[in-house]
Amino acid sequence: MNGGDDAASSAAASGPPPSLEWRFSQVFGERTAGEEVHEVDIISAIEFDKSGDHLATGDRGGRVVLFERTDTKDNGGSRRDAEQMDYTVRHPEFRYKTEFQSHEPEFDYLKSLEIEEKINKIRWCQPANGALFLLSTNDKTIKYWKVQEKKIKKISEMNIDPSKDPGSSSPLPLIANGVHADKPQDYLSKDFPFPPGGIPSLRLPLVTSQETNLVARCRRVYAHAHDYHINSISNSSDGETFISADDLRVNLWNLEVSNQSFNIVDVKPTNMEDLTEVITSAEFHPIHCNMLAYSSSKGSIRLIDMRQSALCDSHTKLFEEPEAPGSRSFFTEIIASISDIKFSKNGRYILSRDYMTLKLWDINMDSGPVASYQVHEHLRPRLCDLYENDSIFDKFECCLSGDGSRVATGSYSNLFRVFGASQGSTEAATLEASKNPMRRQTPARSSRSMTSVVRRGSESPGSDANGNAHDFTTKLLHMAWHPTENSIACAAANSLYMYYG
Amino acid sequence: MRESDLVDHFLPLVKRLAAGEWFTARVSACGVFHIAYPSAPDTLKTELRSIYSQLCSDDMPMVRRAAATNLGKFAATIGSAHLKTDIMPMFDDLTQDDQDSVRLLSVEGCAALGKLLEPQDCVAHILPVIVNFSQDKSWRVRYMVANQLYELCEAVGPEPTRTELVPAYVRLLRDNEAEVRIAAAGKVTKFCRILNPELAIQHILPCVKELSSDSSQHVRSALASVIMGMAPVLGKEATIEHLLPIFLSLLKDEFPDVRLNIISKLDQVNQVIGIDLLSQSLLPAIVELAEDRHWRVRLAIIEYIPLLASQLGVGFFDDKLGALCMQWLQDKVHSIRDAAANNLKRLAEEFGPEWAMQHIVPQVLEMINNPHYLYRMTILRAVSLLAPVMGSEITCSKLLPVVITASKDRQVLTVN
Repeated sequence: MNGGDDAASSAAASGPPPSLEWRFSQVFGERTAGEEVHEVDIISAIEFDKSGDHLATGDRGGRVVLFERTDTKDNGGSRRDAEQMDYTVRHPEFRYKTEFQSHEPEFDYLKSLEIEEKINKIRWCQPANGALFLLSTNDKTIKYWKVQEKKIKKISEMNIDPSKDPGSSSPLPLIANGVHADKPQDYLSKDFPFPPGGIPSLRLPLVTSQETNLVARCRRVYAHAHDYHINSISNSSDGETFISADDLRVNLWNLEVSNQSFNIVDVKPTNMEDLTEVITSAEFHPIHCNMLAYSSSKGSIRLIDMRQSALCDSHTKLFEEPEAPGSRSFFTEIIASISDIKFSKNGRYILSRDYMTLKLWDINMDSGPVASYQVHEHLRPRLCDLYENDSIFDKFECCLSGDGSRVATGSYSNLFRVFGASQGSTEAATLEASKNPMRRQTPARSSRSMTSVVRRGSESPGSDANGNAHDFTTKLLHMAWHPTENSIACAAANSLYMYYG
Repeated sequence: MRESDLVDHFLPLVKRLAAGEWFTARVSACGVFHIAYPSAPDTLKTELRSIYSQLCSDDMPMVRRAAATNLGKFAATIGSAHLKTDIMPMFDDLTQDDQDSVRLLSVEGCAALGKLLEPQDCVAHILPVIVNFSQDKSWRVRYMVANQLYELCEAVGPEPTRTELVPAYVRLLRDNEAEVRIAAAGKVTKFCRILNPELAIQHILPCVKELSSDSSQHVRSALASVIMGMAPVLGKEATIEHLLPIFLSLLKDEFPDVRLNIISKLDQVNQVIGIDLLSQSLLPAIVELAEDRHWRVRLAIIEYIPLLASQLGVGFFDDKLGALCMQWLQDKVHSIRDAAANNLKRLAEEFGPEWAMQHIVPQVLEMINNPHYLYRMTILRAVSLLAPVMGSEITCSKLLPVVITASKDRQVLTVN
């Protein structure tokens, strides 16, 4: 290798990056075989923060669980450590950090409807002053949480007890805020007998703190702004506003102001009987503070510019794939509904997931997607069954890698698929979020046929190409790709699986 | 604070904040520069300016926003020598920032900086920025310009206002986005005050005419609340010729807010042209508002009745409005009845007890025999409000018997 020159030419001549070999990394909350899954534990949202050091998951019980990265905590001595290691490839490892109850079940008295506490989306915000901030939402209410290390306050050096050494921590068990629980030395009791000679010296109790504890506090509640169920929230690049989208409207909020929001998109027709299309997902452009994309149930993505007008009902760009002639069936419209859209980190591409495919759009080109990936084409003949058991309405999430070179999405039987998105890449992998963490998954060989089959041990039920014994109850709806590493977090019911490549 | 303390403690504090790891510290730092700068020694002054310049191009939009907000105050503490060399480049960067929110805040900086610069510098540097902002892609920036236009005009002076800012303002009045038109319409009177009447008639009046028939009712409403103020500015002939038709058309607008806003500002027109020209159209408009479906509209017009009465005079009132006032006492909505009772009290105060004795009291007392108890209670309330105004004699002779009779009423619950 001749150095710089060669590197440049090799970069120019090289094709897509090599296929990744995916390996299992970690699992959290894994079920043992035969264990019942509680409905409230099923994970309903996963999100990495911008730096990739934290991961948040939300479940159907309204709880948010935070994980933090353990492997690259101290970058100080890493060079020497890296030099001493046998291999330099490291993958992110996470550990449990804290959890809190974000939303509670509520009842809407006016409409006599229950409001589920299920967390629909979590989005991380700008950290500040050593505290983490995130937005979490259920169907109707968005909350702004601050997670911070707080010192536990203890009262020591209580005046009356000369037998204790001053300054030592109290041997009595402490409740929060240093209230002493035990009876024998109840200093506040009125019956406390003062020693006859008086007390030699008076010491003011000191509040000391040694330990810290992670405390999550809800800083803002953004409520009562949506008539329909909120399906997405997204932060703006300006760091002070965010949008929330429900079926028919998109509202713009300022993080500081919780009692007002501006409506920027309203697709509600004057006559509700004319309703044909609803909003399914919305996201802000990662760099431009004025651009916003939202997807609809008819398979179109609209890009709007908030600079143009206060109410952005007309789109700047419309991304819609023209229908292939002759392929129309009863299900065409249902499976065209987009369940999730994501912007790439550089803001150039939009990835959209509809029921059968993943489509990658270049925002400069609205005539058609630049790439389209079949996720589970073998299910196409089974659409009827899927319609019968309502699985055809499942909303799968999708994600892009940080460098934009790969895309991933989930499927049934706890499978997820990873595709190469760069020019000329034919990478396609299928992996199972497996119950047996020790079993190594061999990724499917990238092949011309997109319906690749996972090779695995004999115990698990097959989702093989002939389509027998499909398990439609185990679906991998939620997943997230680490912003800088090739690491995927995906949720199979109540378990969180992490894979690295 | 003592000088030495400032140098020893406060300045290092500012520098520490500005170099803080978290953006929140840097945001706070932006706010204290204008305090630290005046007492700093010259070497440190240079340093402070360069630190502020870095904050203006910080990665985080929050820091840039704080820098833009405080630029005016900081610039005021810097001598004119450094104003052009250091502050203006910072200002230029902020006005071209990617983030809409940063550009928004630098609009205010335009006015502040304009006051500090020499007139020719102002024209050379600030004016082009303002004109650019008035044509910015983002409607929010244009909205800020419309809101701040008066201050900006003051900053640049009358001559550039005439040549450059009038076209800019006209563009804003005709903007695509309704929010911008609303903000611009709300400033039309103030703007006309700094122009001379001929320019106002020539350039602004055509836009005003268009706005009076704008499709958005909020634009018309904003216009209605300020347009009356243009009468003194334009003078009698121009008012009669140009503004009167607009007043009349707004008075007939389908949205009650517009009509209400016109009626609330009649006194300004009265000073210029007298009320007779309007009174013919005024009364039907008032009657229509008084009988509007929405009770809050009725409430608003009741609030204005005393004002109208004082301007239009007793005669007008007797003929037309008196009947309305009595009718309100029997409105279905309690707030209206309550307001009507208050209204009678204010009218009595305005016109005097003798007039009230003739025109209000008899009708009110007659209504005490209304079959429905709620209306009788309203009358008692009106009586209780009128009593102090009318004086003890009338109260004892006329009002008290009625109250005593009512106290024997089986259903009347309030004791007055």
